[in-house]
Amino acid sequence: MLAKADRVKFRLQDGFLWKTTFLCLVSCNSDALMQGQFDAYRTEGFFDEMFGEEGRVRPHYAKLLERFRELGEEEFLRKRLLAERSYLDQGITFTVYSNNEGTERIFPFDVIPRIIPASEWSLIERGLTQRITALNAFLHDIYHEQRILKEGVIPSEMILTAKHFRPEFMGFDVPGNIYIHICGSDLIRDGNGEYLVLEDNGRCPSGVSYLLENRQAMKRVFPKLFSRYAVRPVDTYTQELLTVLRHIAPGGNPDPTVVLLTPGIYNSAYFEHSFLARSMGIEIVVGADLTVKDSKVFMKTTQGLRPVDVIYRRIDDDFLDPTVFRKDSVLGVPGLVEAYRKGHVSLANSIGTGVADDKAVYYYVPHMIRFYLSEEPILQNVPTYLGSNADDLAFILDKLPELVVKATNESGGYGMLIGPKSTHDEIESFRKAIIADPRNYIAQPVVALSRSPSYCDGRIEGRHIDLRPYILSGEKVTIIPGGLTRVAMRKGSLVVNSSQGGGSKDTWVCDDDGE
Amino acid sequence: MEHPMLSRAADTCFWLSRYIERAENTARILDVNMQLLLDYDTHASDAGKHHWQPLLASLEAQELFAKLFDRIDAETVMQFLTFEKQNPNSIISSICDARENARTIREQISSSMWEHLNRLYLYLQSPSAKSDFLGSPHDFYRRVVEGSHLFQGVTDATMSHSEGWQFIQVGKYVERADNTSRLLDIKYHILLPSGEQVGGVVDLTQWMAVLRSCSAIEAHLKATGGTLTPWNVAEFLILDDAFPRSIRFCVDQMDEGLREIGGGTRGAFRNEVERISGILRSNLDFANIDQVYDCGLHEFLDGIQLQLIEITAAMTKEYCVWLAE
Repeated sequence: MLAKADRVKFRLQDGFLWKTTFLCLVSCNSDALMQGQFDAYRTEGFFDEMFGEEGRVRPHYAKLLERFRELGEEEFLRKRLLAERSYLDQGITFTVYSNNEGTERIFPFDVIPRIIPASEWSLIERGLTQRITALNAFLHDIYHEQRILKEGVIPSEMILTAKHFRPEFMGFDVPGNIYIHICGSDLIRDGNGEYLVLEDNGRCPSGVSYLLENRQAMKRVFPKLFSRYAVRPVDTYTQELLTVLRHIAPGGNPDPTVVLLTPGIYNSAYFEHSFLARSMGIEIVVGADLTVKDSKVFMKTTQGLRPVDVIYRRIDDDFLDPTVFRKDSVLGVPGLVEAYRKGHVSLANSIGTGVADDKAVYYYVPHMIRFYLSEEPILQNVPTYLGSNADDLAFILDKLPELVVKATNESGGYGMLIGPKSTHDEIESFRKAIIADPRNYIAQPVVALSRSPSYCDGRIEGRHIDLRPYILSGEKVTIIPGGLTRVAMRKGSLVVNSSQGGGSKDTWVCDDDGE
Repeated sequence: MEHPMLSRAADTCFWLSRYIERAENTARILDVNMQLLLDYDTHASDAGKHHWQPLLASLEAQELFAKLFDRIDAETVMQFLTFEKQNPNSIISSICDARENARTIREQISSSMWEHLNRLYLYLQSPSAKSDFLGSPHDFYRRVVEGSHLFQGVTDATMSHSEGWQFIQVGKYVERADNTSRLLDIKYHILLPSGEQVGGVVDLTQWMAVLRSCSAIEAHLKATGGTLTPWNVAEFLILDDAFPRSIRFCVDQMDEGLREIGGGTRGAFRNEVERISGILRSNLDFANIDQVYDCGLHEFLDGIQLQLIEITAAMTKEYCVWLAE
């Protein structure tokens, strides 16, 4: 006979450890009515996506402006609420952690789309294809002959000291010779409207689910707008991603089992992991769902072990396998790296791509393009100063209050100093850190990021934006039209990261230039 | 051909479904108990206490309740079983747990299932849930019950009826059988201390309340030709073969789900879980109410609850053995 206490326990799920999170709604002020909507809009000297010189609407935005002017203010607000409601109902939220308690937030969504004309997109597409080709060639080279180091194009020191360089994988041939299968490169536009590359994310770039959901929301809320524009569709992304993942299956297996490996429900990008797995019809697994036997990876099912061929992992190298990388990782799968080395399982992205994410290595991407492809870069980098270069270092320390300084291995808007917006103490503490470890810092001038009209605090105002296109490398390179446009929702802010209060908007690539 | 599902996902489907069914049953019991209270003289000393104590006892929740509240009355018990997050079996905890489970297997369930559950969760977390509850507890509980019905209907209509769906069915019927047995047990608690009331007017009202909380009153009257006695109420809720909340019906459905998962045939077994599930099913098939009363109603119900626990454990061992590693 079971004791009472045991029986209480049996009515509850074993090992059910999820803490309950409570939802916090980002409220919006719907009382404030917009006055004259776009008429009161000012570009304030910034490059504006929608309005050109003397406040004239750019041709590709003309029909949008027309439609928004037809729209009453009440209707506009109603549509905005409708969009928010649909995000909430679907649980499209990310989790912010503090004091061990998670709070779910909606990723703020702005209903005024960003439009990229066909000619601009074609340039971006060619530039990004060139860039990913060079990055993949670079990664192959670094883990094999290291020609680019031997010929002195990049100082060896720079690579060998990079935090995410994996010397364990020297001489290892990755499936299909593709290192970065999924890349998210951040683009910004400067004061003249020129597109510049701010950074490349070659490990586990996130955000693509927001891009896809933003489009769904816009179609639901503004169906008529889509009939006025020939907007290129984005919804083939997940099928193209699956094609890439199947392409790299070991031994050219025509019917491989593909899974998505997530750190779990507490990860801030969990929604995205689940979304992608659902959209591709593949299993989403946590480390504990997998096991390695005889250097082969299996998942634990109700009918026993089932072999796994390809893993789309959304876990950084460090946490993949506690027997090889971080010993304290509970997210990974013991023996996974050995299975990968033996060619029994493929990973996307490959191990060791983080070296290309390093912000000091970023400096050399234009050099890589010339070195491997004998071409001139189509998209330029933001001017960058390296802490490891003596002249640059002197310049950085001299101009610190005017520069943006970034730690080379941080992401998500962390480890960053925006000189003009920082206090004396913040600047001085960065100065100390840079002097202590110059290799770990780069600096860039403050770029006046382009702005786009956005609905904030009850009116339409310019907000700074960037663009993260998603680049897939499989048999060929494919880029989803547009990308995720991130918006710094706080007035004057240049930081667009969701962890720092950023939002997003739908991004349209049109079949023409609107002229 | 459909691949076998991840053990973790199977376990999650099972519990997701149990928690939703549990929230529904708690809402049903509270709704009916609250209405029943109207038939009592609420000013009589201890009336409220006698009314609510058995409910807590049947849920095995007295200890936790005593830690959180210093008096037993309608207000504290309803708060404890509805909005108290420290009570793992309150309606709000059940729905939170159901949603957290669903969140980890959104690739297994349909989008509509997730959206319905998420909406119910958001509602319960919102201030309007509290004000609705204060305004009309009856409407509030009905909304919870309907939320569960909607979810079950959407599940049937939008999810493939393959392995994951079967685990959801098994979870639903295990929980429902368990809840119906506990509901009858509450009646047992009320009966025993004051024997002279048995068969009296109050007694009849209470048996009707039991039926009502299972939405069973019309079905019962139809089945018995309009007669209502404690014996035939218990018989109906334990042994009827067609009413969807009777224990026998639930066990039969659970058994069928388990055989769909394991590939067994009725009357035979392929593994331990099918074996013990089959025993419980056939025991109920061949039981009659005299046997139940000979055994003792409480003991009989207690035995069923224990067997359901054993079946759940065997199911986990058979299909989710990895989870214990």
